[in-house]
Amino acid sequence: MEWIKGRISMISEKIVWFLRLPLIRTGLIFAILPILFVVSLFLGRYEVPPLHIIQLLFAPVVNLMPPNIIHIDPSWTPTEENVIYQIRLPRVIAAVLVGAGLAIAGAAYQGLFKNPLVSPDILGVSSGAGFGAALAILLGLGSFMIQASAFCLGILAVAITYLLSRSYRTTPTLILVLSGIIVAAFFSALISFTKFVADPYEKLPAITFWLMGSLASVRYSDILMIAPPLLIASAVLILIRWRINLLAVGDDEARSLGIDTKRMSQLIILCSTLITAGAVCIAGIIGWVGLIVPHLGRMLVGPDYKNLMPVTFVLGASYMLIIDDVARNLTSAEIPLGILTAIIGAPFFAYLLSRRSVGWT
Amino acid sequence: MILDVKNAGYSYNGGRQIFSDISFSLADREVLCILGPNGIGKSTLIRCVANLNRLRSGSIRLFGEDLSGMQHIEIAKKIGYVPQAHEIVFPFSVRDFVLMGRAPHLAAFSSPGKSDYAKADEKLDLVGIRKIADKPVNEISGGEYQLAMIARALTQEPAILLLDEPTSHLDFGNQIRILEIIDQLADTGIAVIMSSHFPDHAFLSSDNVAIMQHGSFMAYGRPEDVVTEENLRKTYGVDVSITYSHDVDRHVCVPHMSGQGRCRNPAKPEKPGATGAASEG
Repeated sequence: MEWIKGRISMISEKIVWFLRLPLIRTGLIFAILPILFVVSLFLGRYEVPPLHIIQLLFAPVVNLMPPNIIHIDPSWTPTEENVIYQIRLPRVIAAVLVGAGLAIAGAAYQGLFKNPLVSPDILGVSSGAGFGAALAILLGLGSFMIQASAFCLGILAVAITYLLSRSYRTTPTLILVLSGIIVAAFFSALISFTKFVADPYEKLPAITFWLMGSLASVRYSDILMIAPPLLIASAVLILIRWRINLLAVGDDEARSLGIDTKRMSQLIILCSTLITAGAVCIAGIIGWVGLIVPHLGRMLVGPDYKNLMPVTFVLGASYMLIIDDVARNLTSAEIPLGILTAIIGAPFFAYLLSRRSVGWT
Repeated sequence: MILDVKNAGYSYNGGRQIFSDISFSLADREVLCILGPNGIGKSTLIRCVANLNRLRSGSIRLFGEDLSGMQHIEIAKKIGYVPQAHEIVFPFSVRDFVLMGRAPHLAAFSSPGKSDYAKADEKLDLVGIRKIADKPVNEISGGEYQLAMIARALTQEPAILLLDEPTSHLDFGNQIRILEIIDQLADTGIAVIMSSHFPDHAFLSSDNVAIMQHGSFMAYGRPEDVVTEENLRKTYGVDVSITYSHDVDRHVCVPHMSGQGRCRNPAKPEKPGATGAASEG
């Protein structure tokens, strides 16, 4: 008995030691995403036999080869193919893009503003986009116009915030945050006004549901529209990631270390805004991801942005996949994402705080 | 001369004049100490030399080139700036913090490699904080943090090091340790400009001293000529005795106090010269 206990504690110690190795840990973080991606395709209300899903996934690639070597015969029904390829796959891809994007934008902003409590909507992008969507719904425009309006007004809101802050010469980051609060409050009021005048039986529920966030109606065309700006902006943030460290320490010190802080903050704001506006315009307003995922990343790999940014990107995607799986499987009706990210995120964040391992307490 | 400051003047947005008509130059391996009361503009002057603030008038030439026409990154390769300590939110390790000094030598999209890590470790050794390299920078002591900032500036491999009150907020031992390191740096070929509250520091570790008062240099030259009883009284408004201490072979500043102070009846050591006379009498 004692011997077994000893063996178990030795093995568990070894596992803990193994998990603490930075490389192993990073490897695991990166391995979780593809697993979650495939698992998410298996989950859903319409039952598709697992074998059919696997065949469906491999068929397009395998069937490129000459049929006499290897060939997968369609054993699945057209409905099953439709469910996997037209409903689940675009939704899962969108979840990955939205989660990864929001998380990395949040991490970049936390560095830029030297504040771990900042999220990607600090400069008003979500409120602006929300108003854009609400207005388009009120006017009875189609889904493409709703998205375009959300995207453009999200960017406009940040542009107004930025111009407002330029009228001051000193302490730009503090003024920037203040301007963001002003602009966000203004657009929130406009959203409320839109809801107030909207037809309560048809348009008001549509606006409310849009604002709470959902990936239920995502199509490939939506992904094609937001993927390029979102991925390019994320790539830029990942490329300049080491230098975000210097901004996170202090503007003066960054400048004395040769960084053009004004141009660098413009670049970060531009990239984060493109990412967030893109995410919001196809998924609605989803809070918390951009706030807590960077913290989770910091706990796992430390505060150095060199490691933090790629890890945050992957963790954000994984987190969003889990949230979206819950959203579409927990009950017979879809649960809005914005509700779930907070309901799951807030206790999780509270737990992280109570462990005091967030690193900045 | 590696640095020439000519008729420098600065004011905030055309408002209150902070200083004007300041001229000095810095030779290779020279240590210049800037003394002066609180809020007189020492930090602003140092920030102007670091190109963080722009002069309103006059010019600063770095290796003969006008500072205002240079890019941040070019200046950062020649000037290392150690600001006054401030709080850092994110718990970067001391090594990662020092490593940031490599920024001016790295391309925009790259991050530090093996040789950069080696350089950072070398500077950690130089200032003697290698053993805390893995600690979070917001959990180390004030003295260690000051040393970490100096190590970071040295990792830039600059020709000139600017230190803004490097000894303020430090205890007695750490103050002297910082001065020793500054002394050591000057010997290895780095010129230093530092500001200080303590006139003694000028005697301890500098070649030249400037006293800043009423928006310009009231006195500038060798410590023995500048740090005089009269100048210190004018600057700080207190009486100071400057005597030569044979124990440490340099001048020391001893401030006077109105009244006798708390220690009213100290056991007075007898003067070495007076002992014989007293016993004979």
